[in-house]
Amino acid sequence: MDEITSVFVTESREQIAALESALLQLENSPGDDDTLNAIFRSAHTIKGGAGVIECSYIVAFTHVVENVLDRLREHAINADADLIALLLGCADHIGNLLGVLESGAAGPDAELAADGDALLAHLQRDWLSNEGGAGLPSVPPVLLEASGGGAVESDCWHISVRFGADVLRNGMDPLSFLRYLGSIGRIVHLETIADAMPEAADMDPETCYLGFEISFASGADKAAIERVFDFVRDDCTLNILPPHSRLSDYIALINTLPEDSMRLGEILVRIGALTQDELEDGLRQQTAVPAGGGESGEAPAVTSQPIGEILVERKVVQAELVDAAVARQKQVTEKKAAEARLIRIQADKLDRLIDLVGELVIAGASVNLLAGRTGVGELIEATSLTGRLVESIRDAALQLRMVQIGETFNRFHRVVRDTSREMGKEIELSISGGDTELDKSMVEKIGDPLMHLVRNAMDHGLELPSAREASGKAARGRLELNAFHDSGSIVIEVADDGAGLNRERILAKAVERGLVQPGQALSDAEVYTLIFEPGFSTAEKVTNISGRGVGMDVVRRNIQGLRGSVDVSSEPGKGSRFAIRLPLTLAIIDGFLVGVGNAAYVIPLDSVVECIELGADGSVRDYVNLRGEVLPLVRLRHLFGMVGEPPARQNVVVVQYAGIKSGIVVDQLMGEFQTVIKPLGNLFRNIRGIGGSTILGSGEVALILDVQALVQRCASREAQRAEGALLAAAAT
Amino acid sequence: MPARKKKPHRVAIGEDLTIYHAAAQKQQFIDALAAAPEQLDIDLSGVAEIDTAGFQLLMLVKREARRLGKEARIVAHGEAVRELIEFYNVAADFGDPLLIPAHGA
Repeated sequence: MDEITSVFVTESREQIAALESALLQLENSPGDDDTLNAIFRSAHTIKGGAGVIECSYIVAFTHVVENVLDRLREHAINADADLIALLLGCADHIGNLLGVLESGAAGPDAELAADGDALLAHLQRDWLSNEGGAGLPSVPPVLLEASGGGAVESDCWHISVRFGADVLRNGMDPLSFLRYLGSIGRIVHLETIADAMPEAADMDPETCYLGFEISFASGADKAAIERVFDFVRDDCTLNILPPHSRLSDYIALINTLPEDSMRLGEILVRIGALTQDELEDGLRQQTAVPAGGGESGEAPAVTSQPIGEILVERKVVQAELVDAAVARQKQVTEKKAAEARLIRIQADKLDRLIDLVGELVIAGASVNLLAGRTGVGELIEATSLTGRLVESIRDAALQLRMVQIGETFNRFHRVVRDTSREMGKEIELSISGGDTELDKSMVEKIGDPLMHLVRNAMDHGLELPSAREASGKAARGRLELNAFHDSGSIVIEVADDGAGLNRERILAKAVERGLVQPGQALSDAEVYTLIFEPGFSTAEKVTNISGRGVGMDVVRRNIQGLRGSVDVSSEPGKGSRFAIRLPLTLAIIDGFLVGVGNAAYVIPLDSVVECIELGADGSVRDYVNLRGEVLPLVRLRHLFGMVGEPPARQNVVVVQYAGIKSGIVVDQLMGEFQTVIKPLGNLFRNIRGIGGSTILGSGEVALILDVQALVQRCASREAQRAEGALLAAAAT
Repeated sequence: MPARKKKPHRVAIGEDLTIYHAAAQKQQFIDALAAAPEQLDIDLSGVAEIDTAGFQLLMLVKREARRLGKEARIVAHGEAVRELIEFYNVAADFGDPLLIPAHGA
């Protein structure tokens, strides 16, 4: 696929997403002009782009959709639930067509084409033929367009610029700006306006009197065109009209310019911005209204009405439409400006950069180590400065990959809407923390697990309205998506206020499947964790949304694959909450280097709370008293079965994960260390307690401890011990 | 042409038609136009460079001539002048025959 096509596909997918969210918005506020315009704009952009890359099947389909949207925009038809559902279907179909384009096929296959034809036929039958139009047969929209409200024919930008008097004197030549303009597009027609130049006696040869009306064909956006004139921005009057601007915009332009409007009008016709008919139409209305007022016996109150008001008065366009046009213009500029600040780059370039930064970090560590050995003060100082810079580069490079999770969340509006309809439930989706950032690759991989959780919550969690009312809750169920940062991790929560998990049923099912022994005492958390076991489903009926028992184990596996974890909490009758906890980045972390025997280990610094010395009494027990708190200990020496005597003084690194603290007993504390995570080979995948490896400055390999696994190991051992103690107490 | 009674006055610009000389050149044009009986021939063959200030002067002299009922014609010009006049799209307005060199001479 060539570059322009892939850009088109990417951008069109964004437009479809925008279209979809606007359609959903329309459902809540039908007839809102801003939303209608946004919808139309998205469809129009897709059609335009498809035209550029000559993808006829997308153009053909989108064209009909656009016609319907146009009628919607003109309020000739009204958006009801049927139409919105149909349009959502159309948006999906455009997405499918993009997929076809992406796959490089010549056109949609028969099935897809049939789907498209069915949609088009539906649109045509119900919304485009006049009889079907929902009740506003009075004015055909086509007429409106021809009489001033619609777009003019020209497909060029119109640029109107009047240079300030001091431009030449300041050493800037309009010529260079106009030539530069020619470099971002084609100047179709240029008309020089020298009307401001006084007679010879008063003319100052160093003052600029010139202005230009330019018809400009370019794919550049408005911001790019404006940027051409950046250097003289304060020193010139610049008006830019996009292609197919409304006639009234041109009339407004004519009115704001200093020159005589008839003359300007002629110029606009000459450069092809307006046709003669369009101009006459606009100007005639401007003069005809007062005359018309006179005829009907009323003195015209205001003779110099703005053209917009005149058009409104003549009922050519509705007042809201004029407002909408203005608002739209502003929105377009703002959006374009925002887009211009973004650069699209290929993800693999970014990955390469991150890789290089990783190597730089490793090489830097080695330099640091060697410099330290020399004992030369200046060298050490210089390397530590370099080290600090490398750290900043690392942070900045990782930041490049960070994206907000909001976009992922927003996809669920549609899912929730469709699913709730299908199941006859009323569900309100509330999203918070959408601006929380996480690694791009993680965003991609978290989509599916989230989808499972959301569907599960809707299907199993939330009850039918009748059941909800019976149990004294509002009929409308509530589904929450939330994200926040918490000590080096990002937490993503999916919560519902439904029935909650049924502890008894899960336990019964687990016993039935032989996952637990009958009579085994399990904590609530342990019971809830059972739902992540493969093939586990307590749903009594299998719906096409969930209940097949595939999913939750996949969810857990996917999340663990990202070095994350998922927790469940639930309260019967109140609802349940799934919290996914993920590390912030996948590649590089700040680590804390510790030594046990001859080996070095890295503990992610984000999880380190403090370091304490292990007193003499701690060498026998597996817990210490940390300021009145019981702190369970993990002895790395024992855990990894290392031989040799521990040194006289051991240290404890206190770590925390998901609110649980434990202590890791090590020989030596070696300090902070920037760590590039290298994944372990497939062979070592199932080793618990090790998260990866890294390379030290000396070239040695250090293992990265998986704090989550260690803490959980500690906690479960504690729980078992407590249980054992209880049983022992019960036995006596 | 038998209708013409008087020989056209001729003004030749020797240096570049740019803002650095604009003040002097303006005077030169105005004086020449005043001195011209009916027709002023402007010889720009010596102009290797022209900028917007210079272009404005040409606009001015053309317009002034029209106002005085005279005619100002550019009778000779170099590539730079031709190009600018074409870029600013006033060739038709000026009405002067522009010579297009066969080989960007």
